[in-house]
Amino acid sequence: MQNERLKRTIISIILLVLVSVFLNVLVAMRIIDEYTTQVLTIGAINVIVALGLNLISGFTGQLALGHAGFMAVGAYTTAALVMKLGFPIFPAIFAGGLVSALFGFLIGLPTLRLRGDYLAIVTLGFGEIIRVIMINLAEITGGPAGLKGIPPFTNNFFWRPVVSFGIVYLFLVLVVFLISNLLKSSPGCAIVSIREDEIAANAMGINVFYYKMFAFTLSAFIAGLGGGLYAPFFGYLNPNMFTFLKSVEFLIIVVLGGMGNITGTVLAGFGLTYLQEFLRFLQDYRLVIYPLILIVLMLFQPSGLMGLFGNREFSLTGLAEQINQALFRKSPAEKAGDK
Amino acid sequence: MTTVLQAENISIQFGGLMAVSSFNMELQEGELVGLIGPNGAGKTTIFNMLTGIHKPTSGRILVQSRNGGQRNIEKLQPYQITSLGVARTFQNIRLFKNLSVLDNVRIANHFNAQYKSIHAILRLPLFYQEEKRIYEYNMELLKLFKLEQKCNELAKNLPYGEQRKLEIVRALATKPHTLLLDEPAAGMNPQETKELMELIKSIKEQFDLTILLIEHDMNLVMGICERIIVLDYGRVIAQGKPAEITRNPMVIKAYLGKEMEHDA
Repeated sequence: MQNERLKRTIISIILLVLVSVFLNVLVAMRIIDEYTTQVLTIGAINVIVALGLNLISGFTGQLALGHAGFMAVGAYTTAALVMKLGFPIFPAIFAGGLVSALFGFLIGLPTLRLRGDYLAIVTLGFGEIIRVIMINLAEITGGPAGLKGIPPFTNNFFWRPVVSFGIVYLFLVLVVFLISNLLKSSPGCAIVSIREDEIAANAMGINVFYYKMFAFTLSAFIAGLGGGLYAPFFGYLNPNMFTFLKSVEFLIIVVLGGMGNITGTVLAGFGLTYLQEFLRFLQDYRLVIYPLILIVLMLFQPSGLMGLFGNREFSLTGLAEQINQALFRKSPAEKAGDK
Repeated sequence: MTTVLQAENISIQFGGLMAVSSFNMELQEGELVGLIGPNGAGKTTIFNMLTGIHKPTSGRILVQSRNGGQRNIEKLQPYQITSLGVARTFQNIRLFKNLSVLDNVRIANHFNAQYKSIHAILRLPLFYQEEKRIYEYNMELLKLFKLEQKCNELAKNLPYGEQRKLEIVRALATKPHTLLLDEPAAGMNPQETKELMELIKSIKEQFDLTILLIEHDMNLVMGICERIIVLDYGRVIAQGKPAEITRNPMVIKAYLGKEMEHDA
């Protein structure tokens, strides 16, 4: 069994590396054109933040409405550290995540003790407060005019989109890896049990408050990472990029993909980002599309896209196992012998 | 004989309503005690106090902790009380409905799991070791209740009787010394109730449990309980052996509403 697991892990890693290299080569060779690369990069950042939101709203069952705020904290922290203090870019991105996590921790401390929708209200307020602070803290954030000239991932103009995509893609893989591994473990089960029934979870020995705090802080950290990636990618920040509507956009991604489904969030995140670009010819009318999607979704498929597939997750190890079976074809009798 | 769970004069008030007043109880190790009374007598409220969901307005609750000493629990959270070894089931089934049968039981193992989130995220060997141990233990428990075939089904898709059973399995997975069962036979037919009686008796022996149960099914209560406490309007009106209880005029009055002679 140990052996089988090792084999599966190796095949999974090879698969992952192959797909990653393939994608990045397509980007580097401009087979995927620069515009699409940009859209994919924004999509990946949106997916990262939406995954953070899914962790607290989809898996822990606590509705949060201020993830644009956490993203803003991450973005401005990263930008300030790089521009004012001369931090290298990667530590600055992580610092953005950490500062955002700190905010999450402080907000969670009083609100997560309560049951119900208090978190939604408080995070809603938080998102707006952050935006107003960013507007007024002109020395660091550039105020309402925005912050220009954030150093990009690379100064080489030709390779910039390729490098940006590669880095954001790497972070996306790491975040997916982190969340899915966490959720498949005992602490992950504890988190999901809170969504299912808080009282029963508590009676089964789960420290409900601790795990709500844990999930929310981690969720804020991930959203902060998303913001931290956004700053050097875009090179310009403006407080009005992080309005309440932006938070709702993330929520729509989560709901469309399916609450509590990682695969769904990834698909919906890229899908909606692409759709938004694709619909540019409709000008402001495209803003109608989002609410429409939501209405149709709630009427016909409230469990989201992945609800159509029984809320299952795409499993890399599952795929690896199938390849394993196909490569080293075994008779059922031998398989039984393995166990 | 040691006392595993002791309630001293516990009372609880909801606004102007005294739901339970001066309730006293001692559970000795290995006892099987029934808590009965008409609807609204305060039975579930007592369970909620014993498991930390409600905090008593006054009084003390003592629990024997796993290493022997007595612990005051009236200020503890439910999850802390569970980790001391008092587990419960719920009157209105509270399973994790959208999770599989196995995951339901797995959650109850959480505070026994010897690894941290970081082990899980990085998939360190300790994670696999512990998950394997927990899996095997859970499957053993499920086998005992003949649920192992259904371990991948969602809890909400189980028939009612099996949901009740799964709640008991889940409580057992926390490795308790005392089990509180809140109407385990509610909604079961006489045949199922009879099987449940046998089951309760057998798990009590097998896991060295002390059991306190609330039940309306008198056949079950009279059949397996060694001692019965009768509650009415938040007060204990009688306690003793099943045979004594059935003859107690106070109990008959509470249940049948018979007027006593001098009242008429």
